[in-house]
Amino acid sequence: MEQWTDEPLRIAGIELQSRLLVGTGKYASLEQTEEALKLSGTQMVTVAIRRLDAGATEERCLMDVVRAGGYHVLPNTAGCFDAESAVRTARLARDLLETDLIKLEVLGDPRTLLPDPVGTLAATEQLVGEGFKVMVYTSDDPRLAVHLADLGAASVMPAGSPIGSGRGVLNPTNVQLIMELVDVPVIVDAGVGTASDVAVAMELGAAGVLLNTGIAGARDPLLMARAMRAGCEAGRQAYLAGRIERRLYANASSPEEGLIEEAGPGAANSAGGDKGKDPVGVS
Amino acid sequence: MSGLIGIHLNGEAVQVQKGLCLEELVRERGHASNEVAVEVNRDLVPRPARAEYSLQEEDRVEFVTLVGGG
Repeated sequence: MEQWTDEPLRIAGIELQSRLLVGTGKYASLEQTEEALKLSGTQMVTVAIRRLDAGATEERCLMDVVRAGGYHVLPNTAGCFDAESAVRTARLARDLLETDLIKLEVLGDPRTLLPDPVGTLAATEQLVGEGFKVMVYTSDDPRLAVHLADLGAASVMPAGSPIGSGRGVLNPTNVQLIMELVDVPVIVDAGVGTASDVAVAMELGAAGVLLNTGIAGARDPLLMARAMRAGCEAGRQAYLAGRIERRLYANASSPEEGLIEEAGPGAANSAGGDKGKDPVGVS
Repeated sequence: MSGLIGIHLNGEAVQVQKGLCLEELVRERGHASNEVAVEVNRDLVPRPARAEYSLQEEDRVEFVTLVGGG
């Protein structure tokens, strides 16, 4: 098969050939993490920042895996429920990992893990002012996304559905509106349960998809990593190819002329032409 | 015991030598310099500044590193 190449995804001066961003949490082992990342084809991986236990020096750590794989590392502020702790976490991450990239999460409450819009706006403004390249996790509210982009976010990352819920893109209309309203890359972040969810997000025109639990929580994470990669590429290609319009009635693929005698419906019963177009505008 | 002061490291009370700098504390706890980021009293102490920071009584020190996450 002839090689097909896409434009790279450009974020904060970085070019990514893979549009899948993958988290490093919840795998069964470091080996599984490493293999899943490799199979997913990702070039940017997320990590969390946590207290370092005294004397917890394992032979090989996540840092080694990330470095050996040559991944761009995107630290997150997961677990922060106010702007101040998210900003502190971002500063620590920058010092630790020597990157200005930060996946900003300011969460509202532990049950839904939905982003808190007020804290998210405040932390975005603060971090952009400190020179961070802020990739901001947000709800799928289009106007909020506009404010975040106006504040200087490098990427706006609406949740498809709550983190780890595996429910896919619950409000495709809003995600589409966000993509129309902001000029920075829109990455669907969170809620992806399976490969078709990734494909749906990419078909909508998302610049990329960020996921973690969808792979790590699968029965076979390594096979799911492959599936997510394929879903991402398929969705991206379908978006660029331009899907057909949705119609209410059928639209024959084979010629309607030249049928043998007495075959086919009478011309009077045919619902051909523009009459078959979707009357309610589903497309 | 005037040579010791009490600080909090990752929420735990610990005793350290008076005048100990942060960089020494990092090493004393068995960590490589580049596997940890350090905060004192909610403010980041950047890696190059650790050697200049002498720990004070009641300092609240955080040592963090990266872990798996989304």
